[in-house]
Amino acid sequence: MSTTPTTADQPQIGTARVKRGMAEQLKGGVIMDVVNAEQAKIAEDAGAVAVMALERVPADIRKDGGVARMSDPNMIEEIISAVSIPVMAKSRIGHFVEAQVLQSLGVDYIDESEVLTPADEINHSDKWAFTTPFVCGATNLGEALRRIAEGAAMIRSKGEAGTGNVVEAVRHLRQIKNEIAKLRGFDNNELYAAAKELRAPYELVREVAELGKLPVVLFSAGGVATPADAALMRQLGAEGVFVGSGIFKSGDPAKRAAAIVKATTFYDDPKIIADASRNLGEAMVGINCDTLPESERYANRGW
Amino acid sequence: MSSTPVIGVLALQGDVREHLVALAAADAIARPVRRPEELAEVDALVMPGGESTTISKLAVLFGLMDPLRERVAAGMPVYGTCAGMIMLADKILDGRDDQETVGGIDMTVRRNAFGRQNESFETAIPFRGLAGEPVNGVFIRAPWVEAVGAGVEVLAEVPAADGPESRIVAVRQGNLLATSFHPELTGDHRVHEYFVRMVTGS
Repeated sequence: MSTTPTTADQPQIGTARVKRGMAEQLKGGVIMDVVNAEQAKIAEDAGAVAVMALERVPADIRKDGGVARMSDPNMIEEIISAVSIPVMAKSRIGHFVEAQVLQSLGVDYIDESEVLTPADEINHSDKWAFTTPFVCGATNLGEALRRIAEGAAMIRSKGEAGTGNVVEAVRHLRQIKNEIAKLRGFDNNELYAAAKELRAPYELVREVAELGKLPVVLFSAGGVATPADAALMRQLGAEGVFVGSGIFKSGDPAKRAAAIVKATTFYDDPKIIADASRNLGEAMVGINCDTLPESERYANRGW
Repeated sequence: MSSTPVIGVLALQGDVREHLVALAAADAIARPVRRPEELAEVDALVMPGGESTTISKLAVLFGLMDPLRERVAAGMPVYGTCAGMIMLADKILDGRDDQETVGGIDMTVRRNAFGRQNESFETAIPFRGLAGEPVNGVFIRAPWVEAVGAGVEVLAEVPAADGPESRIVAVRQGNLLATSFHPELTGDHRVHEYFVRMVTGS
């Protein structure tokens, strides 16, 4: 947890610094959902900093319905051998055995994800128990800090996966940033009550108030479909983006993937974003989030 | 150079912010560099940790690769960490077939040589030329230096996990410095101070 220099005589694996430090290396980058080795190579060619291996992209999970689970180990291993960049994979919320399996496969990051069907409606996995680092979704600061307290080494705003609609991603990222800004203005007396209100550990609340940011890297996810969407999330304060269905549910995935990478790096340069946005073919169709029934809102999963 | 040096951090992708903080703490003026005209304005450069395939691809796409090579050839001091070390290597192993580097250090670097994230580690390492305690080496999917030419000075090594030999993890050749590990993640700014001294010639 501490950022002060420490030295260990023997090499130590799985430390908080090594787990959080891995996410620091992903900053400014795009992490892409892929369902097979061929897509993983397209993502790597396009300049992705990592890929998320899963059996179905969220748009298809929505369409197919049923219980969504961890992917087949064979498929994850095929993707690991196909690319040289980091590979992430998803476990169900609270399904620590799926997480154990993913760790044993050698994935570089585990996403305890609301996109899969939750396995536990009260508890998330104890992420300190793992060498492999975890990323978790959050819709607000309290949720982010509860995940960090459980050991998450990276946070992504949830958005609404598989919709191709960026509105929820914007809502959640703004919510997190606004709550952090509010904490900055609090004096020490107020931070105790703030911790109670956020339902988060006081120590973490104080750390955020001091740093003016989360103690781990913050990405955005859930609904990014265009280069301008990615740049929007960066300008709103995301340190990088996850793109799920937006790439491989579009007309020209290779071109769109490369364009989103460019726009993520030059997020504050409208000319480059304009160039990246030209002739990309069809974007994914998308869903209006206000027509989604409560039961189909993945962002509500997680506690 | 007598005045405070202006040191850029290549900001295409990676842990740019941490390097900006470390350089400022080491009494340099630090600024991000994403464009050739920004590169032209700095006295020296840090190439951060990140995903080397992504950084290399973006450097080519946005016309930075040739200006970077020209500045390195002209003697600009550069410090590369992890992915940045790969970018400074004349030769790389286990990279992508089309992966380009800036080059400049006569060394062969093996990408992800220490393994995947589960093998990432931190450990104390003596660093030649730095007074005081060993540095805390934070290795994240880190490369190592497999071979160096005659003009390259080895600054740090770690024992190999599977044998008697050791792995080279920090080198210097002239104005170029490279480490497999990430001092920018530790709060200990001595390696950045060492680089700033290289830049100012003090």
